[in-house]
Amino acid sequence: MNRTSTLLIALIFFNLLALVLNIGLGSVSISISDILGSLSGSEKVDAVLTGIVLEFRLPRGLTAMLAGSALSVSGLMMQTVFRNPLADPFVLGVNGGASLGVAITLLVLAPSGIALTQDLRLSGHILVVVAASVGAGAVLMTLLAFARRVDVMSLLILGLMISYGVGAIVSILIFYSMADRLQSFFNWSFGNFSSVTWTHFLVFAPSVVVGLAAVVPQIKSLDAFLLGERYASSMGVNVRRSRILILGSASLLAGVVTGFCGPIGFVGIAAPHFCRLLFRAPSHRILVPSAILFGSLIALIADLIAKAPGIEATLPLNAVTALIGAPVVVAALLKQRNLRRVFGG
Amino acid sequence: MSEERYVLEASGLSIGYVQGKRGHSVVAEDLNLKLLEGELVCLLGPNGVGKSTLIRTLAGLDKPLAGRILMEGADASAMVSRERARFASVVLTDQAPHGMFTAYSIVALGRHPHTRWTGTLSDQDRSRIEWALRVVGAESLSERQIGELSDGERQKVMIARALAQDAKVLFLDEPTAFVDLPRRVEIMRILRDLAHEEGLAVLLSSHDLDLSIRCADELWLMNPEGILVQGYPEDLALGRQIAQTFQSDEVDWDSDEGCFRLHRQPKRLASMEGEGSVALWTRRALARKGYGIGGADSAELEVIITYLNGHPIWRVRISETWRSFDSLQSMFRWVESIS
Repeated sequence: MNRTSTLLIALIFFNLLALVLNIGLGSVSISISDILGSLSGSEKVDAVLTGIVLEFRLPRGLTAMLAGSALSVSGLMMQTVFRNPLADPFVLGVNGGASLGVAITLLVLAPSGIALTQDLRLSGHILVVVAASVGAGAVLMTLLAFARRVDVMSLLILGLMISYGVGAIVSILIFYSMADRLQSFFNWSFGNFSSVTWTHFLVFAPSVVVGLAAVVPQIKSLDAFLLGERYASSMGVNVRRSRILILGSASLLAGVVTGFCGPIGFVGIAAPHFCRLLFRAPSHRILVPSAILFGSLIALIADLIAKAPGIEATLPLNAVTALIGAPVVVAALLKQRNLRRVFGG
Repeated sequence: MSEERYVLEASGLSIGYVQGKRGHSVVAEDLNLKLLEGELVCLLGPNGVGKSTLIRTLAGLDKPLAGRILMEGADASAMVSRERARFASVVLTDQAPHGMFTAYSIVALGRHPHTRWTGTLSDQDRSRIEWALRVVGAESLSERQIGELSDGERQKVMIARALAQDAKVLFLDEPTAFVDLPRRVEIMRILRDLAHEEGLAVLLSSHDLDLSIRCADELWLMNPEGILVQGYPEDLALGRQIAQTFQSDEVDWDSDEGCFRLHRQPKRLASMEGEGSVALWTRRALARKGYGIGGADSAELEVIITYLNGHPIWRVRISETWRSFDSLQSMFRWVESIS
């Protein structure tokens, strides 16, 4: 068995381990036999524990896995198409657009009834998701409209500027908002995998799966994009169509996750770098599956840390992913010794 | 007419780029060009005349503003990119890829137009990749990371990638820029062999006039007015077209010597006796120091080349003083100390 398959199998194993730990640990610890019992519907397990496992811990763990995979693959695709190791949904402004949509919904439009409840009911939640998707979509459309006319580097700068502009508008909205409404916006903006219940999951999971499935036919084109768009075109890639399909699925993945779980940074940028360092391969036939597994693993670990088992507190998920992700990005850049190219495009 | 097979024919071609809503910026128009299989063509011209644009347009990467390109008789504009990729491959000046690429995996990307959507390499693909690496003399590099290679090695790998694509025409945009002279000659030799032995049509742009004249089967000269002259390299050298294309205040094309000379009005005259390579380099040294060659009676400097045990000796006269030197440097040191 070669190195690649060994690593992939190890990643699958660690994912399962992290999922079990995620279900087992929290404000109440649950033993493995109780977890297995709850999952198999055994009568012997306490009904309260079964409820916690099935209604809270399991959907939360699965959400973390899907969200991590989605962000990681989304970041991988953007890094390849933009030929820039710093590209990810945040840099492109897709998350910024989603934040603006959510800010407008929660701070301006929402009746105080929604804003006051900390965990929103489905109707309110779907509203937030729609707002996030519309915001992400609007940024994407702007980028795609320019993508026909300008080169990739300009597009990246455009994305950064959109992020700044949108961030400024959000700041203004926050500044003039009532304190009670701010609370639900802040809850969303810290990032959270627990807000996706089974009902939400019926929308969330298929969206992520569709986004991931759309990547598969583009794997060969993604390899060609590593040489730049001109080379890709000379090798028979329909560059314009591929770019729209790739960035389209990258935005779908990032937009859905941002809407449901809040803006979760650094998974999209760190997970693909982890994969490149570990697998030492440029081919997306290896990078896409490994990015799915690695993104999922990072998200599970980050959520485990955020739950802070053992102490009476929870940490903002966003802060945890940033603390894990930032050193990885620095290490990846130093290792590749191509800081020049980060700025040179 | 002979049965010459044109792999690429362009007629009434205008090249340039679209500039905002204002319209087009035309680089050159009404070009009629043909590429013959088995021939190496060098495209020469001053910076900024649009050599890269022409290469990209012919390779199908940029759209022509007007005119028609036929690839093996088929209209290129009607081709899908995958068909075109089996016809033309390119080596561009674009930056090398980022990420963890071995030379082999770069060359393997060239098989893209031939593999199925999964990108799986067949035995045939692998043997073509190995052939391409061997032809450019890069087999030993195949497991090396692309970032560790020298400019010359990287260029060979990029040429191998284009060869792995198994196309009829190979377009190269300044393949010998940033490469030292021995490597430059080697790359030109490889490209000429590919044309002559593998029957590829090769079009490359270059700034290396001398090497191009020596290697090319045909030259295309592009001048700043957007006019393109095609012809046999030696004909163009004799017919002054090379001189006109590269006309500038700084240099002159010297068709006696087959090279450029710094444009400088000779301030003084020198006379010279001698022949062979020693005379050639003495003439060039005199020209560099601002001496024109004239008759012995009007010259302020007289040089006679003699030989002692097979080594050249320069006997030099200024006014009435004669001196002998065993190198041009010592000779000019003395000349400059006197005048």
